[in-house]
Amino acid sequence: MSDIAARVKAIIVDKLGVDENEVTTEASFTNDLGADSLDTVELIMEFEKEFDIQIPDDQAENIATVGQAVAYIEEAKS
Amino acid sequence: MELKRVVVTGIGALTPIGNTAGEFWKNLVAGTPGAAPITLFDPEKFKTRFACEVKNFVATDFIDRKEARKMDRFSHFGLVVADEAIADARLEDGSIDHDRVGVIWGSGIGGLDTFLQESKSYAAGDGTPRFNPFFIPKMIADITGGHISMKYNFRGPNFTTVSACASATNALIDAYTYIRLGKADVIVAGGSEAAVTEAGIGGFNAMHALSTRNDDPQTASRPFDKDRDGFVMGEGGAAIVLEEYEHAVKRGATIYAEFAGGGLSADAHHLTAPHPEGLGAKNVMRYALDDANMKADELDYVNVHGTSTPLGDIAETLAIKEVFGEHAYKLNISSTKSMTGHLLGAAGAVEAIASILAVRDGIVPPTINHFTDDPGLDNDLNFTFEKAQKREVRAALSNTFGFGGHNASVIFKKFEG
Repeated sequence: MSDIAARVKAIIVDKLGVDENEVTTEASFTNDLGADSLDTVELIMEFEKEFDIQIPDDQAENIATVGQAVAYIEEAKS
Repeated sequence: MELKRVVVTGIGALTPIGNTAGEFWKNLVAGTPGAAPITLFDPEKFKTRFACEVKNFVATDFIDRKEARKMDRFSHFGLVVADEAIADARLEDGSIDHDRVGVIWGSGIGGLDTFLQESKSYAAGDGTPRFNPFFIPKMIADITGGHISMKYNFRGPNFTTVSACASATNALIDAYTYIRLGKADVIVAGGSEAAVTEAGIGGFNAMHALSTRNDDPQTASRPFDKDRDGFVMGEGGAAIVLEEYEHAVKRGATIYAEFAGGGLSADAHHLTAPHPEGLGAKNVMRYALDDANMKADELDYVNVHGTSTPLGDIAETLAIKEVFGEHAYKLNISSTKSMTGHLLGAAGAVEAIASILAVRDGIVPPTINHFTDDPGLDNDLNFTFEKAQKREVRAALSNTFGFGGHNASVIFKKFEG
């Protein structure tokens, strides 16, 4: 697992109170990990803070799974 | 329309001297002081460096970690005491109609620390707003009632009362009124507060409202003592299940006491100082007696607001003497804030429980920390100094007065079917 993926996973475990092995690449924040709309906003903000990036609202809407988050951040940091 | 009777069928408390209603009552009767140096933040630069904190409380022992994170400490307190009171009343016995159960909750301030921390984090940035999406729902004063309703599916009346230190008493009176009018069968009422924070201590210090007896915190809350120098901040909460009498009997609930009446008034005098002759205090006790259809001599105990401030304690005793006349000397008067400190918006709920249990058990908890009589007070009154006193308590009145001049009083009486 990349360093980015590990840090993303740690944030999700902390904020959503889920078990580490539930946080798979395919897992959807809302459908699989029990996030509501406010939780999702908080996750995006945490990613921005952790990786020092800006995720515009229209792009945040496309980040629905763990894998999509990791891919977006890897792209932004490359 | 005939008004319904309202009884108390469940209680829960989380206080600086006990984390359940039973433990609180035991320590209250024993005269246990709740003050100690502040641990919730570093108070080094503050004029007051002690408070009555809730002790050994870990929210996640009671609330799922993910949920707990979205709540301010005042909501943690609220949910935990509601849980205790609801279990105590055996409310979830399968017989209740959840559309007819409400929650009316008092908080003087709401999520004060949440507000402070979010503001600090914004101020530390470059002006780009990065507020947490849970900032508002954590902070707003009404949210505790929402959490309680969501946990239990209580779909009846639900709102929060805000009247500073009278908040929880207003919640109790509103709950009583709605049940009396037939608008609900049961209401979980009470209050919670968590203002032992930098903003809370600093703000009340700026008003010169707090005791600064840093060298001896345990004796700092000394209502009616000559050397009282302000109140001691407390935190915590209490919940009371109020229920329509026939509803309670039908489901075989245990009845602690009857809610006899409530009164409401305003001083219309000053932002923070009491009316010098206790005008609002006089009126509110009279209105409560009228509402309960009781005479002054039918009461045996007054749980006073008695915060241990120089002016407030005097005004309240003047008011008691005027309302009760000669009977004032036969009353037991006590300020349980001498032990719990002042729980602000939650005080009314905690002190209502002290009054209810005094009626049930025939024992009046003391006013501790009495060293020197104040010549400015009538010391022939029985302030129940130092030791609890056993006596029959036919009925007890609890006073609360809030900054803004809000006064609210409730009367509980022995339940007779």
